[in-house]
Formats: sequence, structure tokens, C-alpha cells
Amino acid sequence: MTSLAATNLTLMRGGRVILQDLSLAATGGEFIAVIGPNGAGKSTLLAALAGLSPPDSGTVQLDAVPVAGLAARDLARQRGYLPQNARCEWPLAVERMVALGLAPLGGEDDARVDAVLADCDLLALRKQAVTTLSGGELARAMLARALVADPAVLMVDEPLAGLDPRHAWEAARRLRSLAMEQRRLVIASIHDLNIVLRLATRVWALRDGRLLADGAPEAVLDGALLGELFDMKAELRRSGAGAWVDFAP
Amino acid sequence: MKRSASTWWLLLLLILVALVSLLPGRAGWLLPWRLSGHEADLAHLIFWQLRLPRLMLALLVGAALGLAGGVLQGLTRNPLAEPGLLGISSGASLGAVVAIYSGIGAAFALAVPLFGLAGALLGTLLTLAVGTGGGMLSLILAGAAVSGVLLAGTALVLNLSPNPYTAYEISHWMMGSVADCSWQQVGLAAPFVAVGMVVLFATGPALDALSLGELQAASLGVDLKVLRWRVVVGIALAVGAATAVTGTIGFIGLLAPHLVRGSVGHSPRRTLLPAALMGALLLLLADVIARLLPLSQELNLGVLTGLIGSPFFLWLVWRMKRESP
Repeated sequence: MTSLAATNLTLMRGGRVILQDLSLAATGGEFIAVIGPNGAGKSTLLAALAGLSPPDSGTVQLDAVPVAGLAARDLARQRGYLPQNARCEWPLAVERMVALGLAPLGGEDDARVDAVLADCDLLALRKQAVTTLSGGELARAMLARALVADPAVLMVDEPLAGLDPRHAWEAARRLRSLAMEQRRLVIASIHDLNIVLRLATRVWALRDGRLLADGAPEAVLDGALLGELFDMKAELRRSGAGAWVDFAP
Repeated sequence: MKRSASTWWLLLLLILVALVSLLPGRAGWLLPWRLSGHEADLAHLIFWQLRLPRLMLALLVGAALGLAGGVLQGLTRNPLAEPGLLGISSGASLGAVVAIYSGIGAAFALAVPLFGLAGALLGTLLTLAVGTGGGMLSLILAGAAVSGVLLAGTALVLNLSPNPYTAYEISHWMMGSVADCSWQQVGLAAPFVAVGMVVLFATGPALDALSLGELQAASLGVDLKVLRWRVVVGIALAVGAATAVTGTIGFIGLLAPHLVRGSVGHSPRRTLLPAALMGALLLLLADVIARLLPLSQELNLGVLTGLIGSPFFLWLVWRMKRESP
């Protein structure tokens, strides 16, 4: 089983502390949602866990091996990463751009590309130049790019930003099934708390580079935590069908 | 399949133009069936000792410039990038000019190209020393600054040159030409260009990943530092050696990748081979035009590519302005 552990992670940029002495652990089969206000350190945390942003102190270990010591290519085979607002600089066709995600596996695999395009509802767009896609379509294509190599650990930074409700829920369900059925470890920063509540298996609530809460969404997400996290009155409402988050003005 | 087909057509066209390019020249038309087997025959001599090495040099240098342009545009993700960008061409200029000025160039034949190569490496290392550690933009800015300094040095040498003949030789060299070259020069440039081109072709997959931006490329296993070093060393070898022999020839590295990129679906990796072929074709065509123009003095290649290339560059800027208002 894949395991990921961060111990005493501290990261500074430009004299500012972005992550402060964070210790976290996760294993395959989890779909972890990272939530928190803008500037909480979510993106930095994901990049640091992905081994792309070396911390000032502390270590990140993947299967008990420090990621800092792994060759970039070996790490790339095990871990997928998608930054926020990912874009492509050349007008590649969608299918060619998605196939770039197979680079760590060395080579092309049309069957995998076809499967992931079908999964992400992109078959109709496969020949279109990525630079002509709408923001939401591009976000879906980028998520497909991150999924195509099927890594054991996947870190995605705001993969649902810009997606319409149907595609946002579909994408989140896909991330959940990767974790639940294929026992991958999926860590995603997500702003839609109702999606987090229903689909994530675990929540990391981050503010000012510190972890305010770590646990199952239903257990952790309550009015008190959300108020502290976002400086806004919030309530967790329940009905027969389930629970949802309501931000009261 | 369509993509590789366009590359095959390009190769076929290149071979055809290369064969035809052997026929015309200052000494008149050479017709293959008139060539006798006698070594002493003038036509035989012109063919084997002048036109064939000239063709080889044009192909070699054109391919090096086209490939280097493709790699640089892929690395910087900037369609206006050019091999002159990293201080390589201007370094080669300065080195060669110093060799001519100091008289070493007259002392032994290979001094000018060797100094040019050393200058290219110096320019590249200067750019690297100043520009690394701040991403691609700082590298480009450092290249522009280093180019400025090296060009000023070249102008200084030209200015100080007491002998009008030396000044003439320097300016002639700065305009770039494959005329009057020998197998010796081809032999000097070929190994460096070949090694440089192998290094550059090997960057293809990394350049493809880089079209997703530096962060995603790094997450896909591309070591950006190593990639930058490979590109710089490959270009210094290929373009440095080419420029050291022929002088500065602009715009081939800018134009060639542009002309082929659309036919291969804009993938930086797939652009490389056709860009090299297109570079060779463009340089060869320019050389044939230079030879055929009915002027009292043959035009220098660098002048011709500049005359054709700069309007194209302007058109490119104009089109980019229109696309992103």
C-alpha cells in the first residue's frame, strides 16, 4: 500500500512563512480534500508533497523514501501532479496534450489516451487545439492529462475550478473512485465544500500554513471550524438525504 | 501518418534542390554529363573542390541553425526565439574578428573558425553565468545583454582596425557566406555540428513536456537544469561551429521552425527534424539565389537572409499583435 508522510514541514518564500511545521500522513485508498481560504498554503503544500517545492526544513517521504532523494523520473512514475490554472503553450490537439502525461512511462499508449478521453467527456474535442478550448474544457483536459498515467499518488490543485456543476461532480466522483476502487492516494485542493462533504474521505483544513483540522468530512466540517477557517458564519445543515454547508450572510 | 509524410516530402525537395544547386555558379553552368573523369580538368576541380564542399557546408549550417531555432523556441516557448539569442552568434563573431584583426587568422587557416568556436563558447558561458537561476526570462535577458556587449566588442575591433583590407575581411565575415569554402572547413565544422545536433535532438521529449509549463514538466520527470545545459551546450557546439566557419547568418533559425510547425501539429519534438531539413533547404535556396542574381558582386548569404527574413519577422510580430490584442 502506498504511503505518504510529511514530517515537520516548514517552507518560507520571500521571507514569509507559507507552511509552518506541518506533519501529515496518508495512505492509498484515501481521497483527501485540502480546504482553506486563499493564501492558506494549499498550493504550496501540494507542490511540497509532490516533491516539486523543496521545504526549508522537514521531509516528505513516499513509501518511506525521502522524495528529495528520488530521481525526477522515478518520482514522476509514482506521483502525478496538476498545478492550479494549468495551461499549454502550443496549440496541440487535445489528444496529443493528454498523451504528454504518459511521458514518465516512456512512450505512447493510444488505448490509455482513448480511455481517459472517454472518461473525461472529451472525445468530441480530441482533435481540437487546446488553446481554443474554454476555461472549463481546458481544466477537464488538464485533469485527463494528470490521470492518463494512472499514478499511485495523485496531487491535483483546484481541479474543479471553472467546471460546470455536472462536470465538477463527475470529476470529483472520478477522483473518489480512483481512491476507493483502485486504492490510489488522491489529494486535491477543492473549494466546493458540498462536494468535499459528500465525496472526500478525509479533509485537511489549512489556514496560515497550519493544519486546523484533519479527519472525516462529516466529523470535521462544522460551523465552528468553518467560521474559524473562512472568517465567515457558516452552518452544517442536515436533512434526511444528507448534509450540506450553508454560508449565512 | 500525414505528419511524417510532410517530412518525407521536405526531404525529397531538399535532395532535389541540393542536386540542382550543384549546376549553376560563378564559373558558369556545370553539366554533369560534361564532367570528365580527369582530375586536372577544370570543371572536375570546380565540382569536387568548390561546389560540393559549398553544398555540404550549406546543408550542415542550415540544418544546425534550423534545429537550434526549433529547440530554442521549444525551450523558451517563445516563437520569436533565435540562436542569436544566447550570445552564441555574437560570441562567434567576436572570436573570429579578433583572429582576423590580430593577424593570427593569416598565420594559419583554421585560426578564424577555431577562435569563432571559442568565442561562441565564451558567449554561451557568459550568458549562463549571468542568467541562470532566474528562469527563462532572465536567461533571455542575459543573452540579449551579453550579445550587446560582444557586438560592441566586435564593432570596437572593426573601428580600431588600421588596415582597410582587414576591415573589409571582417565585415565580409560578419555578413556570412558559404562561398569559397573548402573541404577543410567542412571537416572542421562537421564533427562539432554533428555532436551538437545529436545533443539537441535528444531534448525532444523534454521540450514536449515543457509545453505544459515548467512546473508540469518538472512533475513529469524533466530535470529543467539538465535540459537547459543540454540545450546551451548543443547550440554552442552546433551553431558555434557553423557560425565560426560561415560567419553570422540570421533568420534561418527563426523561420525554419515556423514554416514546419503547423504540419506536425505544433509538437516541439516533432518540429525538430523538419525544422533542421527546412533550415538546410532555406539556406541552400538563399545560396542559389545569391549565386544566380545578376550582380557584379555576389551577395553575401547573411545579407540575403536578413533581407528576406526581417520582413517575415515583422509580419510575425504583426500577427501576434493581432492575435492577442
